Amino acid sequence: MFLVASGLSIIFGVTRIVNFAHGSFYMLGAYIGYTLVQAIGSTAIGFWAAVLIAAVAVGAIGVVMEILLLRRIYRAPELFQLIATFGVILVIQDVALWVWGSEDLVGPQAPGLKGATSILGKPIPEYDLALIAISPLVLVGLWALFKLTRWGTLVRAATQDRQMVAALGVNQRWLFTGVLFLGSALAGLGGAVQIPKGGADLLMDFNILAVAFVVVVVGGMGSIFGAFWAAVLFGILQTFGIQILPNSTLVLMFLVMAVVLIFRPWGLLGMPETLGQAHPGPPEQPLRPALPRVRALGGAVTALLLALPIGHLVFPELVGVFTLVLVIEIMVFVLFAAALHFIMGPGGMVSFGHAAYFGGGAYAAALLVKFADAPFELAFWSAPVGAALLAFLFGWFCVRLSGVYFAMLTLAFAQIAWAFVFQDMPGSVLKTFGIADEFGTPLKITGGDDGLNDIWPSGWASTRIAYYYIAVGLSVAALWIMRRFLYAPFGYTLRAGRDSPLRAAAIGIDLTRHRWLAFTLSGAFTGLAGALFLFSKGSVFPTTLEIARSFDALLMVLLGGVQSLFGPIVGAAALTWLNDLFSVLSYWRFLLGVTIIALVLLLPQGIVGFAGTRLGRRLQLARPEEITA
Amino acid sequence: MSGAQHECVPVLEVESLSRSFGGVRAVDRVSFTLFSSELLAMIGPNGAGKTTCFNMVNGQLRPDAGAVRLNGRSILGLPPRSIWRLGVGRTFQITATFASMTVRENVQMALVSYHRRSRALWRPARDHYFDEAMTLLERVGMDRQYDRACGVLAYGDLKRVELAVALANEPRLLLMDEPTAGMAPRERMELMQLTTEIVHERNIGVLFTEHDMDVVFAYADRIMVLDRGQLISEGPPMAVRSDRKVQEIYLGGSAVYGTEPA
Repeated sequence: MFLVASGLSIIFGVTRIVNFAHGSFYMLGAYIGYTLVQAIGSTAIGFWAAVLIAAVAVGAIGVVMEILLLRRIYRAPELFQLIATFGVILVIQDVALWVWGSEDLVGPQAPGLKGATSILGKPIPEYDLALIAISPLVLVGLWALFKLTRWGTLVRAATQDRQMVAALGVNQRWLFTGVLFLGSALAGLGGAVQIPKGGADLLMDFNILAVAFVVVVVGGMGSIFGAFWAAVLFGILQTFGIQILPNSTLVLMFLVMAVVLIFRPWGLLGMPETLGQAHPGPPEQPLRPALPRVRALGGAVTALLLALPIGHLVFPELVGVFTLVLVIEIMVFVLFAAALHFIMGPGGMVSFGHAAYFGGGAYAAALLVKFADAPFELAFWSAPVGAALLAFLFGWFCVRLSGVYFAMLTLAFAQIAWAFVFQDMPGSVLKTFGIADEFGTPLKITGGDDGLNDIWPSGWASTRIAYYYIAVGLSVAALWIMRRFLYAPFGYTLRAGRDSPLRAAAIGIDLTRHRWLAFTLSGAFTGLAGALFLFSKGSVFPTTLEIARSFDALLMVLLGGVQSLFGPIVGAAALTWLNDLFSVLSYWRFLLGVTIIALVLLLPQGIVGFAGTRLGRRLQLARPEEITA
Repeated sequence: MSGAQHECVPVLEVESLSRSFGGVRAVDRVSFTLFSSELLAMIGPNGAGKTTCFNMVNGQLRPDAGAVRLNGRSILGLPPRSIWRLGVGRTFQITATFASMTVRENVQMALVSYHRRSRALWRPARDHYFDEAMTLLERVGMDRQYDRACGVLAYGDLKRVELAVALANEPRLLLMDEPTAGMAPRERMELMQLTTEIVHERNIGVLFTEHDMDVVFAYADRIMVLDRGQLISEGPPMAVRSDRKVQEIYLGGSAVYGTEPA
């Protein structure tokens, strides 16, 4: 845990890039290590050599990523780097699937450390003891590297003040490349050393990513010692937590993170974010009323959407049922992305955990149907209300932070919500108190992994066309309402706080409150999207709350372009469509990942940002002064 | 002892204000009174405590001891936004405006906040206080550029926008931190001329810090000199200029143009 977290922390500290692909490097470390151990790992020396080679190999992959991808986008806004590394995750996932197959690999035991030693009467595997020894060793090694070598001094200097280091004539390119090698190699090492314990599987990347983020954030961004102590803290917590509340280690971990961040917003050993680095790139253009052509386009799209079911009735072979289903899905995600953009664009609050409100809303409605037999109409509206309440609660903690810390805390809360549902927390509480149904079987509340099924809209809304109109009508209405909000003083106030918190405070604006309200509103709209999703699928699973879902929404907003209100709409439509297009192919994640990376490299302002440049000029969709390139 | 020409209403009263940072007395028992329609300059070498003093008046920093009264009412311990509501306008050393909004929208935001409409969700922001914003912009000479984004304005123009924003809450007191920093000499004089006119029209008191001694001696009605946290001299420009202690600070340390005895 420490190895992975320290790698992530170093990379962030120096390059200011939050490397999502870090989890994937960890996974690669495990797979490569597995293969090497199979080949040469029969002796103790061979085993450890294999582990080290795996680490170096992963480091090399990190370097390749840096040279081919990151180097081109250091100047791009932070978020773009996020998407790019996210694309790498997808690519690596499919490459791993292709090379190693989908079976979980069970690692061989380490030669020479097969036995168990008895400590205080309990058997402890020798390999665990070795692991316990490795972390401090690596810590000392890193400490020596950073304190005693010239390279280490430069890296530390770059962590503190990048511009100054550049002004002193240090070639940052190779510094960054070196850092990426080191960080990736640490992740690879982490992955390789845990083979005998956990083996290798394809879910490792996301699982470790969340944990590593928590460790890094709790320890303090860019602080290696912080990462170490946080890892130790969580190790202890996990050991004792299992004995007290067996099902709750994940929740416990994220709760600790939430508590730490409330009292020490920059982590245990972290420094406050340096101001003034927050906004690279040109400032956003002022909001203008939509041009007649854009309005006409919006009207045309709406009219087309409304006419689609008629087309389905008249030409069933041209507009199939599938088209309607796809449009409903696109509208759901358009709404989801727009709700996220509501706080992300104008508010400057990048939420990494918006799936909590999407899935949270869906579960609120589903539970009401299952256990209170609520009619469709009531249950449906309970989703946005429930999501808003959840956002109101979580938001209170989150809106006090900014930047990466805000993002991490939202992620943490989303994971809490996910674990709550996935581990069926209410169900296990009832079980603890011995409450069961008349047959004595424990009650299931959220259903855990199985989700909640058979939840459909009632009578009048149950036909596909009726539901189509509900979904399209509500999303278009919600989009329009959000647009009004953003053009109203409230939206302007949010942008004011993003542009200049100093000035906003100086003209008497209570930023925290406005941000809190915006977060809650965004939660409500997201919950609405969740409700539409639930009743179109008829079931809800914990996957609606997982990190990947949050990232999907982030991607949609970023692909479309953060600086435009149309961005999330276009981005969501494009991504949902692409997803659908690729998912019939066997290695669709690879294609999607490549597409995402290509888009980031070619269209750094997002699709709509691009339309605002050249195409927009030709089609007269943008004003001359809004054209930046 | 006041330089005010119209009425001698005290706007800001500061009494033995003190603040230490880790044993260093950054501001040590500083007292002064600012009257309406008066420009009071606070000068001193770097590290004299000007900024600390400033931040205690505007509520960003809590003093260890002392009193701050605005129009006779204590504002000690109030957050900046409450102090703003009581009628204190501010401009910053490095301009702080909303870069993604037009000049007019920047002023409209201040008006929206002043009228407590910042949570309005429906009517477009552009329709709120349109005419009021234009009147203010006219006063500072920015009405013709009202529709340009603040992110692309020249620095001198940004300063004018800030002034208009600072006037939106009909302030009794204007706090200006280095109002002419980063401007060309001619722009400086124009901005200060404008400020002086507005201040006299509206009966506002101004407390400002400034490094340019030409500006200070041309426009300040009264000057306070701080050194190592203490107020060492105070009075009309002529008196301060000939003060031995002031000369020592400026000539003994680094000589600053314009402080030589006349």
